Amino acid sequence: MIEINHVSKFFGEKQVLFDINTCFEEGKVNLIIGRSGSGKTVLMKCLVGLHSPEEGEVLYNGRDFHHMPDSDQRKLRAEMGMVFQGSALFDSMTIQENVMFPLDMFTEMPWGEKLDRVNFCLECVDLPGVNKLYPAELSGGMKKRAAIARALACNPNYLFCDEPNSGLDPRTSLMIDELITKVTHEFNITTVVNTHDLNSVITIGETISFIYQGTLGWKGDKDSVLVSDCPELNEFIYAQPLTQRIREHL
Amino acid sequence: MVRTLLTIIGEYFIFLRKVFSKPDKWNIFFKKLIGEMDAMGIGSMLIVSIVSIAMGSVITTQTALQIESSWIPAWTVGFVSRTSIVMELCPTIISLLLVGNLGSRITAEIGSMRVTEQIDALEVMGLNPASYMVLPKVLASMIVNPLLIIFSIFFAIIGGFITVIITGCVSPYNFMDGLTYCFRVYDIIYALTKTFFFAFVMSTVSSFFGYRIEGGALELGKASTQGIVVSSFIILVLNVLITQIML
Repeated sequence: MIEINHVSKFFGEKQVLFDINTCFEEGKVNLIIGRSGSGKTVLMKCLVGLHSPEEGEVLYNGRDFHHMPDSDQRKLRAEMGMVFQGSALFDSMTIQENVMFPLDMFTEMPWGEKLDRVNFCLECVDLPGVNKLYPAELSGGMKKRAAIARALACNPNYLFCDEPNSGLDPRTSLMIDELITKVTHEFNITTVVNTHDLNSVITIGETISFIYQGTLGWKGDKDSVLVSDCPELNEFIYAQPLTQRIREHL
Repeated sequence: MVRTLLTIIGEYFIFLRKVFSKPDKWNIFFKKLIGEMDAMGIGSMLIVSIVSIAMGSVITTQTALQIESSWIPAWTVGFVSRTSIVMELCPTIISLLLVGNLGSRITAEIGSMRVTEQIDALEVMGLNPASYMVLPKVLASMIVNPLLIIFSIFFAIIGGFITVIITGCVSPYNFMDGLTYCFRVYDIIYALTKTFFFAFVMSTVSSFFGYRIEGGALELGKASTQGIVVSSFIILVLNVLITQIML
């Protein structure tokens, strides 16, 4: 479980996050949703340590991430996997080398064992046979799946996905959502997904934290998100004509 | 302005501290070091040899034209050409050429990794991206650039020799005599010492400008230009200082 207690983040004079309190549960897909510029990505970067919050704490199973010694922080980071918005695959490496990279850096496994693990991870994300290809040779959806395979390579306890559906067609988005749900439940991972894709919100959101102008505007799950009484959330959810028509039928 | 400059200098030294920390895995570090040495060395040999031959040819022609006098011995052309090539032209001009060639490549490579979040990915994994990506480049350039300068000196002298044979401004015998006249090993040590420091400046400054990029492709272009300009400026200042200290 990841707990966020009273987290505030400033960039110079500008405050971006205001006293955020929420938690992300183990073995569940936890979504952070909100409009562009609301602070979702900053919050996720605070979670993974790319930003340090000026106030508050981020607890991983009770361990305060930002105030632990560097060596402990490094160990904890080895338990994390992250899928970036643009996949962030190393473009000078093949897909096999990309997925093998965390194993090379953090394990002493023999090469054959590492290769087996790479193939297993690629099969998990339904990407067999792309070992020798470079990221530039893959489609957007395949890159996202390869990034998930790399994130899974070291058996992470925590998986973070920053807008995994951005730039993908609805069918591929659905496939990525199903994949994230599958690996979360199969490996009992605490997964945090940063998204503004409404399809993801109503299909995979086992817990949902809605960020509005840097504050936690609402918290719930996929069953309650469509019928909440939070005006800011409703404005976000029912912004599109399609969702407005759905609302008329609720 | 002064405050911004001091902030950037401070950030540069903090960056250097990150770069010169223990590699996360030695076997991967050595693999990357060999790869960088290969890319930097082999990749630069053609341009270095072409520029060196042209430089050697021009300096020999110019020297021969300037000291055309019966009072000055003919071997002086070889002597002056050699001294200019070894002590100044090859270490400084080729280092500036390498700033444009290797330095811009380093900035673009690291900068594009920053823009595409690959550096963030390394950081989230718990690695030190500065040490992982930059240290092999810095050490590779400090090993390879002096070797390229030796290579360059050789080709510049070949260029001078070819010019002497083609134009006949002095006899090849006199030119060879001048090349070997009063030869000091210290001149080579001086040239390589300069190159060693220039390589450090080129690789660290270029990496720094790539590493601190915020934004997209436009900033990447700006950072490459800044990296080249700042590296070249520091190299020229350092050239004056090292010359004052060593000569």
